[in-house]
Amino acid sequence: MQKITCESLIEKACELIENGTVSRVIGWKKGEFDYDLTPAVFANADEIKKNFIYNDFSGANFSKYLIKETRKGEGKVLVFLKPCDTYSFNQLLTEHRFDREKVYAVGIPCEGMADIAKVKAAVGDGILKITSEGDELIVENLYGDVNKVKLADVLAERCVNCKSKKHTAYDELMGEDGEILDNNRFDEVEKLENMTEDERFAFWQNELSRCIRCNACRDVCPACTCEKCVFDNPKSGVENKAIADSFEEKMFHIIRAFHVAGRCTDCGECSRVCPQNIPLHLLNRKFIKDINTFYGEYQAGEVEGSRAPLVNYTEEDIEPNDAVKREE
Amino acid sequence: MQRIGVFVCWCGSNIAGTVDVEKVSEALKNEPGVVFSTNYQYMCSQAGQDIIKDAIAEHKLTGIVVCSCSPRMHEATFRKTAAAAGLNSYMVEIANIREQCSWVHKDMQSGTEKAIILGKAAVAKVNLNAPLTPGESPVTKRALVIGGGIAGIQTALDIAEAGFPVDIVEKKPTIGGKMAQLDKTFPTLDCAACILTPKMVDVAQNDKIRIFSYSEVEEIGGFVGNFTVKIKKKARYVKEDVCTGCGICTEKCPQKKVPNEFNMGMDNRRAVYIPFAQAVPKVATIDPNYCTMLKTGKCGVCAKVCTAGAIDYTQKDEIIEEKYGAIVAATGFNPISMDKFDEFAYNQSKDVITSLEFERLTNAAGPTAGKLLRPSDGKHPHTIVFVQCVGSRCDACAEKGKEYCSKICCMYTAKHAMLTRDKYPDTDVYVFYIDVRTPGKAFDEFYRRAVEEYGVHYIKGMVGKVSPEGDKLMVRASDLLANKQLNIAADLVVLAAAIEPDKSARPLATMLTASMDTNDFFTEAHPKLRPVESPTAGVFLSGTCQGPKDIPETVSQASAAAAKVIGLLAKDKLMGNPCVAQSNELMCNGCSSCERVCPYGAITYADKEFRMPDRTVAIRRVAMVNEAVCQGCGACTVACPSGAMDLKGFATSQIIAEVDAICK
Repeated sequence: MQKITCESLIEKACELIENGTVSRVIGWKKGEFDYDLTPAVFANADEIKKNFIYNDFSGANFSKYLIKETRKGEGKVLVFLKPCDTYSFNQLLTEHRFDREKVYAVGIPCEGMADIAKVKAAVGDGILKITSEGDELIVENLYGDVNKVKLADVLAERCVNCKSKKHTAYDELMGEDGEILDNNRFDEVEKLENMTEDERFAFWQNELSRCIRCNACRDVCPACTCEKCVFDNPKSGVENKAIADSFEEKMFHIIRAFHVAGRCTDCGECSRVCPQNIPLHLLNRKFIKDINTFYGEYQAGEVEGSRAPLVNYTEEDIEPNDAVKREE
Repeated sequence: MQRIGVFVCWCGSNIAGTVDVEKVSEALKNEPGVVFSTNYQYMCSQAGQDIIKDAIAEHKLTGIVVCSCSPRMHEATFRKTAAAAGLNSYMVEIANIREQCSWVHKDMQSGTEKAIILGKAAVAKVNLNAPLTPGESPVTKRALVIGGGIAGIQTALDIAEAGFPVDIVEKKPTIGGKMAQLDKTFPTLDCAACILTPKMVDVAQNDKIRIFSYSEVEEIGGFVGNFTVKIKKKARYVKEDVCTGCGICTEKCPQKKVPNEFNMGMDNRRAVYIPFAQAVPKVATIDPNYCTMLKTGKCGVCAKVCTAGAIDYTQKDEIIEEKYGAIVAATGFNPISMDKFDEFAYNQSKDVITSLEFERLTNAAGPTAGKLLRPSDGKHPHTIVFVQCVGSRCDACAEKGKEYCSKICCMYTAKHAMLTRDKYPDTDVYVFYIDVRTPGKAFDEFYRRAVEEYGVHYIKGMVGKVSPEGDKLMVRASDLLANKQLNIAADLVVLAAAIEPDKSARPLATMLTASMDTNDFFTEAHPKLRPVESPTAGVFLSGTCQGPKDIPETVSQASAAAAKVIGLLAKDKLMGNPCVAQSNELMCNGCSSCERVCPYGAITYADKEFRMPDRTVAIRRVAMVNEAVCQGCGACTVACPSGAMDLKGFATSQIIAEVDAICK
C-alpha cells in the first residue's frame, strides 16, 4: 500500500484547481480493471472526484505528457511526480521540452509499484478486483477466490532496483522525501557482460525477436520526444523496412538505445509497457553503466541542466583513448 | 534527375600507371544520372578544363565528377572551371583516385576496380548535390594583438603602417616582453634594449595603435571579421593619463621588499614600480599584493609625494568591449620551472641560475649593474659551467621537461660563453651539450668563434649532478668524446632551461577556439604552407606562441602575420563557406545538444510559432545556425537526436549514398 492515499491526492488536486493555481490536472484514471490505470487529463474537480485514482498500479510516468499539455490553453498543469518521475521531468527541462512556468509539480512518495504480470503469476488469472491493505494486495478473482500477495513480492523490476526515493524537482512535496538508493541496478547488466558473445547474442535474439514493433516503448519513453521521430521519417533512412527475419527489430532497439544514451533517466517505462515483456531497460542501463565507467558517475535528470558527457564539450573532457583505458 | 559528366584524369602516369582510365570512364558511363564520361591526360591543364567547359555546355550538365587527385590539390581549380561554364561551384565532386588509389595500389586490376568504386560514390553524391551560395559578412577594420613582446610589437607596427587601427593587450604593466630583459642579441651582439626600445617608442607614438597594458582578454565572441572582445584593464591604482612617469613614488615607497620580477627576483623593487627605465607606457603601477595602503589602509606615501596627483587607491578593474576583424595571438614563452631538475641543485644554491637570470646579471640595468658577480656572495666567478638542453629534448617517458628542442639555447649559450671570455678572460668557461645546433644566417660562424677564438671548452656530454660543497659547486659530468668522467669545481652553473608557451595561451586558445598541440603551442593551419594562420578563421599566430623561435624568426613571422591580417582587413566583405550546418526547424526539438557540442558557438535558439500536425499552433524552441561562425565540422549533426541538423554539401543522405555506392 502506498504511504500517500488516493483521497489526499484528490483533495490536493481539487484544492489547486479550485483556487486557480492550475487549470488542468494530469493523473491516473481507472481503466477496465483495478490494475490497468490510464493517464488522463482532468479539467474540473467533479471529474477528479469521479475518476482520479492512485494505487499500487499508478506506475505511469507523466513527465512526457507535459510537452503536449503545456502547449495547450491557458493556466498551469498540475502533475504528480513520484521520485523516479522527477528525473525524467528534470531531463525534459534540461532539453527545453516544456515551459516550467506552465507546470505545478507535486512530489509524492512511492513505495514501489506492482507488476500485474507478477501478480498474475502468483495468484493466477481472472482477476476482478485488487485492493491494498498494509503491505499486502488482496486479489479477488471471478471464481470467488480471495488471495493475498505481498507487494514486495510483486514489485515491478524497476522498483526492486529503485534508484532513488529522493525527488529531484517539485513545487510542493506531499509526505516525506527519501534518499538516493544503490539497489544494485547494474547487477543484471553485469550478468549480460559476463556472458560470452554467443550467449549474449542468443539472449537478445530470444528477447528481441518477440518484438512486434508496436512502438509502445518509444511512445512512452520520456527521452523519445522528438518532434518527428526518425522511425516515422521516410527520409531518415532508418524507417520501417521490409522485415527480413524476426530478429530484424534489433536494429530498431539498438538505434533507439543510442538515441537515448546519456539522456535515459532509467525510469523503466519501456519495459513496463512492452506487451511482449522484453527487458528493454537493460539496453539503456548498459549505456548508463558505460558512461559511469568511462566518464565518471552521471545520471541523467539528477540535476537539471546537467549534460551527459557524450553531448557536452568542456575543456576538461577526457581524451577518447584515456576513456577506453579506464575500462581496462 | 541530374545530368552528370564524369572526367577521369590520367595525371600523366601518376594515375594511368596503375589505373585503367579508359575502363573507369567506360564503367562510370552506366551510373545513374551520368550522361557523359571521358578521360584526358591532364584534366587540370587548360586543355583539360576546356573539355569540362565544353561538355557542360554541350550536354547541359547539372553536375560533374572529376576523378583525379585529392580535393586539397585541385577542387578549387575545378570549381572555378565549373563556375566559368555557368555551373554552380558546389555541383562539383572530386573522386580521389590518385593519393587514395593509384599511389597506394601496385597492380592495374585492383587499382582500376577501386577507382571505379570511388567514382561511383562521387556520382551517387552528386546526384544529391544542390547548388550552394556562400554568404557574405562585413569586416570590422581593426585588429587585436594579444601580447606586447617583440612579436606583438612588430605585428602591430606593420598593421598600423598599412593604415588599420590596432590594439595591443599586454598583461604586464609595460610592453617589451622577454626581449626587454635580454642583454645582447646573437649573432650580431647588438644590445637588445638598443634595438627594441625604439620600436616600443614607435608603438607609443603611433596614433593607429592603442596599448592596453596591465590588461587581459576576458571573453571573445563572434567570428572572422566580426570578433567582439572584452578586455579587462586591471586596476593599477595610478591614473594612466595623469602619471608623468617621474618615478618619485617608486623611490619614496616604504615597502622595499618586493621581489623584482623584471630582474628574475634577484633584487627588490618597491610596491609602486615602473618595471624598467624605458617602459611603455611609462606609468607607475601599484602592486596590490604588497602595498600597505591597499592592504591595511595606512600609508599613502606615494599619494603625498606625487606632484601630478596620479595616485588613486579606489581604482577598480575596468572592462572594455571592442570589435575586431582579426586577432593575432602573440603570447610568447617562459623558461620552464627548474623544480623537477633537482640534480642541478637549482633550489639548493643561489649560484645555480637559469640563462635568463644570467642575462640580467650581465645587463647594465640588472641587479649587479652589468658586472658578472655570483648571486650568493657577490664575488667574481672564475669557473662557469653552462648546461644545455635542461628540459629540452627529453624522453617522452621522463615525465619532466619537453620532448622538443627549444631552438634558441645553443646560440644564446654560445653568446654567454663568448661574452664572458671577452669581458673576463681569466674565467674558465665550460659548455656541456648533446648537440650544438646552429642553422641560421651567420650562426655557425658565431659558435665557432666562441670555440676557436674565445677558447670556450665545449664538451659533448651531459652533467649528471651538481652539488654545492663549501663555496664551490661540484659538477659531475661525462665527456662522451674522450670517454671519461669529469669533476669540475665551478663557481657558477648556468642552466639553459627549455622554453614553454606562456600559461595564458591555453585559456586564450579556448576562447579563440583555436587548436593547440600537446605542448600548448598554437597549431598552424598548415605546417608548411599556412604557418602564421590558425585553423580558426581570422586568428593569426605571431612569435613563440606557435613554436620556439629566435628574434629574427619571430620578427619575420610577426610581419607575415601582419601581412595576413592586412589582407583580411583590406576586404570589405568576406565570403563564407556555404558547407555549413542547417537546422530543419520542423524536426528540431530545441534540446540544446548541438549547442553544447559546437566548438565555435555558432548555434543559438529562438522561440518560433509553428503549425503543428494536429492543426494547433505551438511556440517551439528551435536551433539556428550562424552561417558566418559555423566551420562545417559536423559535430552537431551527430549530436542531434532527431536528425534535424544536417550539413549542406555533406548531408547525411549524401554520405549514406556514397557508402551505399561503395558497398553495392
